[in-house]
Amino acid sequence: MKIHQLSIFLENRAGQLRQPCRVMAEAGVDIKTLSLADTQQFGILRLIVDDWEKARDALERAGVVAKVTEVVAIEVPDHPGGLDSVLAVIEQSGTNVEYMYAFTYGREGKAVLIFRFEDTDKAIEGLSQRGVNMLARADLDALIKP
Amino acid sequence: MTELMMAPKLDNQVWDDAETMPRDHLEVRQLRRLRDLVARVAHVPFYRDAFAKEGITPDSIQSLQDLRRLPLTTKADLREHYPLGFLAVPRERVARYHGSSGTTGRPTFVAYTAEDLALWANLCARFLVAGGLRQSHTVHIAFGYGLFTGGFGLHYGVERVGAAIVPAASGNTERQIMLMRDLKPEVLVCTPSYALYIAEVMREQGVAPGELSLRYGHFGGEPWTEDMRHAIERELGVHAFNNYGLSEVIGPGVSGECLWRTGMHIQEDHFLVECVDPETLDPVEDGQPGELIFTSLTKQALPLIRYRTRDIARLDRSPCPCGRTGVRMSRVIGRTDDMLIIRGVNVFPSQVEEALLRVEGTAPHYLIEIDRPGALDETRVRVEMRPQDFSDRMSQMHALRERIEHEIYSVTGLHMRVDLVEPQTLERFVGKAKRVIDHRREKGLL
Repeated sequence: MKIHQLSIFLENRAGQLRQPCRVMAEAGVDIKTLSLADTQQFGILRLIVDDWEKARDALERAGVVAKVTEVVAIEVPDHPGGLDSVLAVIEQSGTNVEYMYAFTYGREGKAVLIFRFEDTDKAIEGLSQRGVNMLARADLDALIKP
Repeated sequence: MTELMMAPKLDNQVWDDAETMPRDHLEVRQLRRLRDLVARVAHVPFYRDAFAKEGITPDSIQSLQDLRRLPLTTKADLREHYPLGFLAVPRERVARYHGSSGTTGRPTFVAYTAEDLALWANLCARFLVAGGLRQSHTVHIAFGYGLFTGGFGLHYGVERVGAAIVPAASGNTERQIMLMRDLKPEVLVCTPSYALYIAEVMREQGVAPGELSLRYGHFGGEPWTEDMRHAIERELGVHAFNNYGLSEVIGPGVSGECLWRTGMHIQEDHFLVECVDPETLDPVEDGQPGELIFTSLTKQALPLIRYRTRDIARLDRSPCPCGRTGVRMSRVIGRTDDMLIIRGVNVFPSQVEEALLRVEGTAPHYLIEIDRPGALDETRVRVEMRPQDFSDRMSQMHALRERIEHEIYSVTGLHMRVDLVEPQTLERFVGKAKRVIDHRREKGLL
């Protein structure tokens, strides 16, 4: 039920975002979605890619500080209240969300929410008990294939 | 505390009764020796002139407090009287010469009489025994034998204890490992960085620490860190002990650690120590970093009065469980040349390193930048991120930054802003990293 996300450390100065992106482009890695958290000093780039192992190896070789993090992907209907209904369940399960981001893709009427929970295993347990549809890697692959 | 735990496993032995002499007896002896010293150097031109100016005679030395009336001696003074202007005995009494490498200018020479050499051996025997050496041991000495004092000093110290010596000297690391595997020494003597290099070559060659029989290591000749001690102990399977000395004072044997390893006991019956603010030359309080100044009380051939070492360390006069009464000095935490004065506080780059070590286990690369944009100094420390310290969670990243800032404050007493930067972005040259950029200097404010 866990999805691999790449997290990359970025210094907050001009041109810094491009370097890891270029490394992945040269390695032939396709970025499916990303989110950037930033402060005045530094940022954390979080990415879902088609081949996280290939991306990680290329980034490490290039000396980029990157980490693989396990996140949870939830598919929701892409209409008003879609996110809210999931958040309501998360609230009931008593797990804290560290951060989240979302993306839509080719399939009509659907969106994917990516969640990083404080305690991933506990969150998965709570969510599956409440019947939330979490995507396995294979599901996600099937969804995001061109 | 973990270090205190190890002590009972080993057996605390004291080589020389003088090491545990009660302080009041020790001070009587020091004062007598100081008077003798003033008499012995009275004809050395440098001291003759200085004594004449201040009206110093042996009889004018009434207490140990009078030490502060005596002139200081610096490395520059030794250079000025090159090669042997400080010699206090006729040339025919000299039994040995040693010297500094002279990598930063002319070498400086020091001299020993036969009596000095015997004293030196005894002082090295003291710290070796304090750190576990016994007569039954075999000692592998991987120090250079030459003008450098390390090789011969330790050699004669080990010989004095009666242990066996493998005088491997320096170089050819693969051969050194073979010697250690075949001759089974229990003790290794070398510089700490060479110990780490030996461990690295062993790893490359697939030699496990268990194939050697090393149990103790006596390391010195250069400053090193607690981090390096842990790495040496882990990789070579030894108890690692620090010792300190410099050729101008005698060489190794000025101080060394006992089994408790809470600082190096200074051999105070032979060396008077002072710890001063390098700017004002006022004594600093115990526990505060300051420049060490040594007076060699008993050396005959080339004794020095109040020699400024430029080494920064702290003194600790609290009692030690081993029973030795000599004041302890911390490891050398910096050189006076490295000292920064920020908002009036003396700070050494190694203190920032110590703070980083506390937070992250091993110190990453860092750069201290000091500026004075207005009336006050501002300091920021750029710290390179490493994969093991990085988190995808912003809360953790902020916590890391705050922990580093907090530790820097607790070590230095100064608030410094910490910036996390990408790896390999801080300047390095020939393997050594640049630690400090002082913009105040460029602005002509210093």
